[in-house]
Amino acid sequence: MADRAELLVFWILAVPLLVSSVGVVVSRNPVNAAISLVAAFFFLAGIYVLLVAHLVAFLQVLVYAGAIMVVFLFVIMLLALRDENLKEARLKAMQWAGIAGAAGVAVVVAQAIQAAGRMPWKTVGPEFGTVRAVGKLLFTQYLLPFEATSVLLLVAIVGAVVVAKPRI
Amino acid sequence: MAEANHYLALAAVIFAIGLAGVVAKRNILVVFMCVELMLNAANLTFLAFARAQGTMQGHAIAFFVIAVAAAEAAVGLAIVIAVFRTRGTLWMDEVSSLKN
Repeated sequence: MADRAELLVFWILAVPLLVSSVGVVVSRNPVNAAISLVAAFFFLAGIYVLLVAHLVAFLQVLVYAGAIMVVFLFVIMLLALRDENLKEARLKAMQWAGIAGAAGVAVVVAQAIQAAGRMPWKTVGPEFGTVRAVGKLLFTQYLLPFEATSVLLLVAIVGAVVVAKPRI
Repeated sequence: MAEANHYLALAAVIFAIGLAGVVAKRNILVVFMCVELMLNAANLTFLAFARAQGTMQGHAIAFFVIAVAAAEAAVGLAIVIAVFRTRGTLWMDEVSSLKN
């Protein structure tokens, strides 16, 4: 019974997620694409909750749907796009080949998943995916990558300021 | 029956949609958004495997992916602003100095 309910919630989240992902690709206006992407991030956060990854779902809403998308929208508005910057040219043969390649990737991965057989859930304890448990992991096993991430973010901040400045 | 296969298939489809956008779209900003979509598909795979295995290493990796995506978005959008300021275009085809 719980499995049926989980599957139902999965499909309720997965179908809008796929629709909004396609919306990112097909929309002609970058603002529409950005709004579709925000919707996709929210549905993904719901799916993360379904996977008992509460901390990552929270970070997804906070960092992706909050911070990164605000930066995207700011840049779109800063650039004051005119109409000639928005219209897409007709797709060339190479681009159709690329789309076919992407579909091929999906088919190959789907075959691999099918070949791997069923992967049923293991039962997990109440600690799974909580801030406490993930934090413990980050500060013990992944301490060095965690500290390296702080350096990476600092470098990214300085680099973004240097690149975007009109004159240094 | 709840199992990881549904989630992995969903991640594969989202990854393919993002890949199609990266190769087919010509607006730098939209290509960036499609890259974010691909990163999220990878995250979904990590979390699905973490749930299937009952271990939490995937959660830590997803955390790092989100941090790297934030850094990538900051630097990438700064480059977009610099390109737009010097060339007045967002079209990838018109930014081809290295080609000639």
